[in-house]
Amino acid sequence: MESVLAILVGVMVAGSVYLILGRNLIRFIFGLVLASNAVNLLLFTGGRLTHSRPPLIAEGASTPVGPVANALPQALMLTAIVIGFALLVFIFVLFYRAYQEIGTVDTEFMRLAEPPDAVTPGPTCPIEPKEV
Amino acid sequence: MSASRSAKVRWHYLAALLPAGLFALLAVSLPATAAHQVLRWEIDWVPALGVDLALRLDGLSMLFGLVITAAGAIISVYSGAYLGPHRYAGRYQVLLQSFMLAMLGLVMADNLILLFVFWELTTFTSFLLIGFTHDQSEARESARQALFVTGAGGLAMLAGFVLIGRVAGTYSLTELLSRGDILRQTPLYPAIFILVLAGAFTKSAQFPFHFWLPNAMTAPTPISAFLHSATMVKAGIYLLARLHPVLSGPPAWTITLTSFGALTALTGALLAFGQTDMKRILAYTTLMALGMLTLFLGGTHTAALVAALTFFLVHALYKSALFLVVGILDHETGTRRLDAVRGLARAMPGTAAAAAAAAMSMAGFPLFFGFIGKEIMYDGALSMDFMPGSVTLVAVSANTLMTAVAGILLVRPFLGKPPQGQVPVHEAAAALFAGPLLLGGTGILFGIIPWWVARWLVQPAVHALGHDGPPLAAHLFHGWNMPLLLSIVTLSVGVLCYVGRSVITRFLRRWLAACPLTGDAVYQGALQGVQWSGRLPTGLLQNGSLHRYLFIVMATFVGLGIWRLAAGGQPPIWGGIPSLAYREWLLVGLEAVAVAAVVVTQKRLVAISSLGVVGAGLALIFLMFGAPDVALTQLLVETLTVIIVAVVLLRLPDLQSRECGDRPVRIVDGLLALAAGTVVAVMLLNATTPPLDRDVTAYYEQYSLLAAHGRNIVNVILVDFRALDTLGEITVVALAGLAAFALIRRERHRKGGQKWEP
Amino acid sequence: MGTLILKAATRLLVGLILVFSVYLLFRGHQSPGGGFAGALVAGTAFALFAISEGAAACRRALRIDPRLLTAAGLLTALAAGITAVVANKPFLTGLWWGWGHGAEAHVIIGTPVIFDIGVYLTVLGTILTLVLALEEEA
Repeated sequence: MESVLAILVGVMVAGSVYLILGRNLIRFIFGLVLASNAVNLLLFTGGRLTHSRPPLIAEGASTPVGPVANALPQALMLTAIVIGFALLVFIFVLFYRAYQEIGTVDTEFMRLAEPPDAVTPGPTCPIEPKEV
Repeated sequence: MSASRSAKVRWHYLAALLPAGLFALLAVSLPATAAHQVLRWEIDWVPALGVDLALRLDGLSMLFGLVITAAGAIISVYSGAYLGPHRYAGRYQVLLQSFMLAMLGLVMADNLILLFVFWELTTFTSFLLIGFTHDQSEARESARQALFVTGAGGLAMLAGFVLIGRVAGTYSLTELLSRGDILRQTPLYPAIFILVLAGAFTKSAQFPFHFWLPNAMTAPTPISAFLHSATMVKAGIYLLARLHPVLSGPPAWTITLTSFGALTALTGALLAFGQTDMKRILAYTTLMALGMLTLFLGGTHTAALVAALTFFLVHALYKSALFLVVGILDHETGTRRLDAVRGLARAMPGTAAAAAAAAMSMAGFPLFFGFIGKEIMYDGALSMDFMPGSVTLVAVSANTLMTAVAGILLVRPFLGKPPQGQVPVHEAAAALFAGPLLLGGTGILFGIIPWWVARWLVQPAVHALGHDGPPLAAHLFHGWNMPLLLSIVTLSVGVLCYVGRSVITRFLRRWLAACPLTGDAVYQGALQGVQWSGRLPTGLLQNGSLHRYLFIVMATFVGLGIWRLAAGGQPPIWGGIPSLAYREWLLVGLEAVAVAAVVVTQKRLVAISSLGVVGAGLALIFLMFGAPDVALTQLLVETLTVIIVAVVLLRLPDLQSRECGDRPVRIVDGLLALAAGTVVAVMLLNATTPPLDRDVTAYYEQYSLLAAHGRNIVNVILVDFRALDTLGEITVVALAGLAAFALIRRERHRKGGQKWEP
Repeated sequence: MGTLILKAATRLLVGLILVFSVYLLFRGHQSPGGGFAGALVAGTAFALFAISEGAAACRRALRIDPRLLTAAGLLTALAAGITAVVANKPFLTGLWWGWGHGAEAHVIIGTPVIFDIGVYLTVLGTILTLVLALEEEA
């Protein structure tokens, strides 16, 4: 199962890199969500998979009886998921604000900090700032 | 107004209590150091690295410490009257006192690393002090220059110290000084020597780093008097003296110090002539003094060291006094130009007396301390190991020029008759001329009782350098010998030079104009080179295109990954197609399809729901393989993400039907993405093939209930075993939330009519 | 979005969900659940309430500023850690009060539980801060 999930992680990473490299902020966010999911799955797979019970200690026992799933990567992922969510929301809001200020989601035209020498929206890529 | 004015000035006098108190503390220990005791005080700081907060007080530290604290006290008082109710007077005093403390720490540090820390503190505080008048671009430029030059030297010195630490096995000066020849015998000696010298030479403005010192004259004059005559520029001299016992001796030391010192001394003495700004004249004569000090530290005989340390004291006394006098002239007449004022002696008797005392000492007239210094200097020059004849010639020439410069500084502004139409000048406040008068008077006092100075100050310092020798015969008259003869020559030729100064000046100016390369020009060129070499890669890498940045980051990751995998020499490990239950295949297939849908779709809602499928599918995978906690969290986060997305994302424009950017670019992006995915997949395959070391998990399983009273091991790890991690994580969550909140609220303010400037 | 059905369902559900979230929090040490999951459940409940009744009503029902919840959560977690310091143990060491030892131990309360409550409050406060601010901004 690890090998199949490894390939799935690869697929998710490839998809997220492609989305992140697109010049669209919205696609960027999608890529980010995919990337954090991919990393979580990578951690989980790295901790090995067992078709066994969750890492709980049964009533009446003092240690787990028989093999249980690896608890350590689970603990790592659990916080990673919540942090990923908080940061994702922050980036959402940041991009939303940037869109309101600049009027585009095309990163090539978000250049307040580093103005290009001569970049004008080309005919192949119409940018229509929307009124909010 | 006047009450607060005088209060502000009085506050300066209060600040003077700090250096004065420290001076008294040091003076109390004078008998101990004169008896060749070494007082130590230390606490551990970074014991693992052998860095202690250790201070030591021996004769050398005492000599420097007394000068630093005495000059500090005088200049604190002087600054109060000089600055008056200046807007940044408080900042000035804080910086001044910080510098004084750093300098005192430097000369008392018993640990090389600690010494470096104090060294950098003096660099830093002097940067702020030189740039005190920060509204002038010239001051900023000079401050930066001093910072760059001395800072770079300081870093070189640190490297040298680390080498010393490696060779000697200790950073403690006390231990190092007891190790004898260990540094001289190591093959690393040349490296240590060059690195330490780089620090000392930049700090003490030795040729070819001499250019920053005259430029630093943009500092307020009392600062120049303190930093650039008595203290900071002497830090390099102190370093050379401190390490003299363990580094001196080899020809490299002797020849380098002697020749660079001589070069600096002559350069300084000659350039002093070409100046019209009195402060710059003093700066160049300081170069001469620093050169002479370096020169004498190149020697290994007691006489040379005595000459260096005596001249250090002589110079500190007269040079800071002269700086303060120039400051008074600037303060009272508004100019520092040599030819601007005449005959001030009648109007300013106190200042004139101070100037006379200091200048006479500088010129080396008998009865003044400078005379003694000069005698001892010639004595030392004649004892040098390396070309004593030439050294003596350099000493005589430099001193001759000094005599002439002293004459120029004293005679031109103070003597003679005030010309018609010169604005009447009043005597400065007592707080201003008291300091230089005290310094000049000390010069006379020391000139009369040189044996006291030798017994209590110079002799213990020389002893600290490991030289005992017979007690110094520091007297006014030694009988007719070579040094006395040379003194007479110096004085008479000096007077001649003063008379013929216009000829020398004219010659010098022509010579200077012909000089093709100055240190300043090299510095400016280097600075521009750094900027240019920075702009080059910046233009390539940081062109403002996010796509470019991300592409470089990803490509680097892929490149490094492929390199690692190839270097491992391990082919990807593939155990064949595993046998999975059909629902597992279904789930993985669904995930892949959902990922593909997110990538190719042009509709936001399709993308969002596909992402939801990916997340929910993951939750199922987690649940299937024994991770109910993670699955639960994943599902809940997916739910909340949908809510947030529904609120925010739908207000953003829809995905463009056509992709922005060129098609070839997107194809290259796609290839890079595939490569990245492959690298990650192969790495994960390789990583999961060998059996897992479950030691840590086994520990948690063992003690989860017994020690932490929890049956859910995941939760026990989160809130008990690794609670510190969790604490950090919830802090990040809280901060991300607050930051996003601030961004949202900022928008509300703007809508409410407040303008928000991006 | 305040349709009648949603409103009616919300009123029924929110209380139940909140009770469930607290249940998740406290059973977390022994069974799946815990502070993170509990807080996410509670956050969903309030988000539902905010969508159906409006952000203002949600703030009224909440009574305190969600940012205060975040701060209180961080301070609670910190306090749980510092308790160990006061007891002369390393920061964040788990302390338990009860009787018995090892597998037979009957513990009533321990600092890890308090720490988990801190996690719960922090995460819940953050989610509410964001959801309410975004909802009001709309």
